[in-house]
Amino acid sequence: MTNGWTDIRNADVVLAMGGNPAENHPVGFRFVMEARRNRNAKLVSVDPRFNRTAAVADRFVQIRAGTDIAFLGGLINHALTHNRYHDEYVRLFTNAPFLVSEQYAFDEKRGVFAGWDDEKKAYADKSSWNYELDAQGFAKVDPTLAHPRSVFQVMKRFYSRYTPETVSNICGCNADDFVKAADLITSTHTPDRVGTIMYALGWTHHSHSVQLIHAAAMLQLLLGNIGRPGGGLNALRGHANIQGGTDCGMAYHNLPGYIAIPKADQESLASFIGAVTPKPLRPNSMNFWTNTDRFVVSQLKAFYGTAATADNEFGYAMHPRLPQSAPGAYENWSWAYIFDHMYRGDMEGFFSFGMNPVSNGPHSRKAIAALSKLKWMVVAENFEQETASFWRPEILELVDLKPEDVQTEVFLLPAANFAEKDGSFVNSARWIQWKWKAVDPPGEARADQEIVARIFLKVRELYQQEGGTYPDPVRNLNWWYSNPAQPSLDEVCKEINGWALQDVRDPAGAVTMRAGQQLGRFLDARADGSTLSGNWLYIGTYTDAGNLTQRRSHSDPSGLGRYPEWTVSWPANRRVLYNRCSADAQGRPWDPSRVGIAWNGQRWTGDTPDYTADSAPDAGLGAFIMLPEGVARLFVPGQFVDGPWTEHYEPAESPVANPLHPEHSSNPAVRAFSTEYDVLGKPEEFPIVCTTYRLTEHFHYWTKNNPYNVQLQPEFFVEIPEELAREKGIANRDPVRVTSARGSIEGRAMVTRRIKPMQVAGRTVYQIGFPIHWGFLGRGQQRGSLANLVTPTIVDPNSFAPEYKGFLVKLEKV
Amino acid sequence: MNPTRRQFITSATIGGAAASLLGFDLTPAYAEVRELKIARTTETRSTCPYCSVSCGVILHTLGDKSRNVKPRIVHVEGDPDHPINQGTLCPKGITLKQNIVNDRRLTTVRYRAPGSRTWEDKSWDWAIDRIARSLKKTRDEKLRVKDAQGRAINALTAVGVIGGCTDTNELNYLLVKAFRAGLGVVPIEQQARI
Repeated sequence: MTNGWTDIRNADVVLAMGGNPAENHPVGFRFVMEARRNRNAKLVSVDPRFNRTAAVADRFVQIRAGTDIAFLGGLINHALTHNRYHDEYVRLFTNAPFLVSEQYAFDEKRGVFAGWDDEKKAYADKSSWNYELDAQGFAKVDPTLAHPRSVFQVMKRFYSRYTPETVSNICGCNADDFVKAADLITSTHTPDRVGTIMYALGWTHHSHSVQLIHAAAMLQLLLGNIGRPGGGLNALRGHANIQGGTDCGMAYHNLPGYIAIPKADQESLASFIGAVTPKPLRPNSMNFWTNTDRFVVSQLKAFYGTAATADNEFGYAMHPRLPQSAPGAYENWSWAYIFDHMYRGDMEGFFSFGMNPVSNGPHSRKAIAALSKLKWMVVAENFEQETASFWRPEILELVDLKPEDVQTEVFLLPAANFAEKDGSFVNSARWIQWKWKAVDPPGEARADQEIVARIFLKVRELYQQEGGTYPDPVRNLNWWYSNPAQPSLDEVCKEINGWALQDVRDPAGAVTMRAGQQLGRFLDARADGSTLSGNWLYIGTYTDAGNLTQRRSHSDPSGLGRYPEWTVSWPANRRVLYNRCSADAQGRPWDPSRVGIAWNGQRWTGDTPDYTADSAPDAGLGAFIMLPEGVARLFVPGQFVDGPWTEHYEPAESPVANPLHPEHSSNPAVRAFSTEYDVLGKPEEFPIVCTTYRLTEHFHYWTKNNPYNVQLQPEFFVEIPEELAREKGIANRDPVRVTSARGSIEGRAMVTRRIKPMQVAGRTVYQIGFPIHWGFLGRGQQRGSLANLVTPTIVDPNSFAPEYKGFLVKLEKV
Repeated sequence: MNPTRRQFITSATIGGAAASLLGFDLTPAYAEVRELKIARTTETRSTCPYCSVSCGVILHTLGDKSRNVKPRIVHVEGDPDHPINQGTLCPKGITLKQNIVNDRRLTTVRYRAPGSRTWEDKSWDWAIDRIARSLKKTRDEKLRVKDAQGRAINALTAVGVIGGCTDTNELNYLLVKAFRAGLGVVPIEQQARI
């Protein structure tokens, strides 16, 4: 979230789209209801189903799953053509005045950007997706926005195609309903009104998901809603610490703190740092990532301790580097690729800490077949689950194997749960909250940190005794904890923040930090090896004042629900990101009743400024300090593989060809996997659009072990529109089968008026959907109804998230 | 009236005193009812482990601090002092006790041998030793010390690690540190991807 749960109470308009917060984040949703009650805020729900959020919304529009970009493109066009954008904000804080390269082009008829290669069926050259640069390497700008190649004018032309009629034709909604919703959503373009967007997996589970969120960001920037109390673009994350995991580098492509992982061709520390440190694109850009060297060196010191010295590039060579598959291209080891490699026999061993990929990954059958190729697998869990037990006959049957055929050794380790250990979780609002241990784990269950530590220490011991391949990083890893086999999470938290390893001096020679002192701010980290920090992003969470994630104060001086001393939020305890945009060019808040930060003549006051605290407004420092442009990107140069603008592409499986450009109907940058499991269905055989979702009574695949939750939602079901049910002769509660090109799933029919048939590209299209919470193991009626038996392995080409929403199925009565 | 948790407990006690006007004292009876639930419990502040709203919860445990007495969870409720949930919980949060105290919880180390149809119980020492040896063997044989161009990349892609989104920052950091920085594992992923 750019803002936070408690900030939603400050909104005038809430757009819930690509998510169903009333169902899935019900307690966070309280703040939407509070805004409606106290500010007369309006809630707009846009979703394939009339869901629990829609039930309390002021306006609901039903759209076809997978067409959100067309809807958002329509909103962008509505804002631009009806002059419903925040003009001053757009000029100050976005790249609207920047000039786009002369070579940039988009072929509207074919649906591809310049650089598309018909033979390779790929974007061979993305150099035209860029700005026009001057001699110093800065982007050229036209402050009047009139230049035909200004981002603003190019954007206006690009989105002019997204008329209400086009939106209606693609999304299957009524054009009038779209316009009414658009009027309400764009009503926040005035400085005295603010709107927020709440989205979740309904936006991230597509083969065009990153561009979808790009579109939402563009809309919020045009409306002047980013960086303001009550505004922002708020991703409602799904798990208690999915945010913390992302922050701490639990992704194949990142180090902790969102620094890209070193690559095969970055052979020295200097070449790595050079590659991951952007150059400023405007003279007034702060370009905070200039400090990347401090963060990288301090992290290497945390990893390799005294073995990281200036002479050996702080141990850079010991850290693995991402292998290269071709010049300029690197191997992909994201989730779906891991299972593809595993299925192809490229992997031997696998660890799963509290994860259940047979249930939660795409295409359960491919996952099961992949696991059967492993030599060994370790699962640490609270309950027995489908992944640890994939060798059970009823599960292996799905891939025509028997337990005797599968040689995988499986270790199922009993793990402690949240109540049985301390440590911190990061919520969606970036609040890092410590929790305290209440009880010991049951029986022989152990905390995961102990499991990890004991495995690592045993491997290290074996290397010390026997030697082996490249033992240096194993031997040298900085495992300094007081009790090495049970690292104290307080000590780990201290290390993540980091401390000075020796006295640190400023250029004049004065000591600024004593050895052993905890780092207090980002720039306390040094690139000379004199500091250690596991993750620069969390600097300031464990200072000399102690573990601030344990802080609990209700004080709220702003009255806006920022609670600056309730724990600590990253970065630097900033509660609203990009908050320089909450004030105008002179530093005056756009809305005096909702002050983000304000200039008092000497410094910025209010929230922790996302800006240099004493940089006067007339100095003109760029508001987006993390971007080399210094301003937000509407047009995105070079970052995404599928274009600098967001274009509507159909899901990989769609009932219709893209009405805008049938030749490139779905995202042309998507690369499909090629095993026998990776198949797509045709609308002739699988005519129905299907989507998956969650219920408020269950959490993922855990609560199927809890008696109360199982009583509340006992059984897997399929929601079917009345009209389709009538056509198929299906009555409420009848057993039905849903089949895709990958597999099928059976359950009871829930015939509903909540999903209506829709008119798409001149024909009637039906949608159905079902919740995900059942499987093979658990209480009550577990009949092997794994939702992901039918989902495809298609992934977004930027984020590599699977297309769980908007795939094709057929439906029959059993 | 919309009493907070603490006001509710206080008013319950006053209610008992008022009842003594009847000529007999109901206070001990009221106190008995309240005490059964949370009066003698230890409160521990925690965070709900489900979605990312991160509601504050209070875990109530019974059991004194004696060495041979294990505290046990008797009640879980929303933290009335938490600015987000202000004491409220959703249908999942309100049943959290069943997530902790549950007869389906795993309490022993289990092992499935190649080709087997059953679990066997094993000791931790046995399992750690065998896992470590398997991991070392795979690393020794499969570590990509150099790539085709002869560049030292030290990448282990024959082993994958997923997890962490259900656990703490500290555990996530330790996973990255031990498995990637220490053992060289590149395929490290979590729920955020999917």
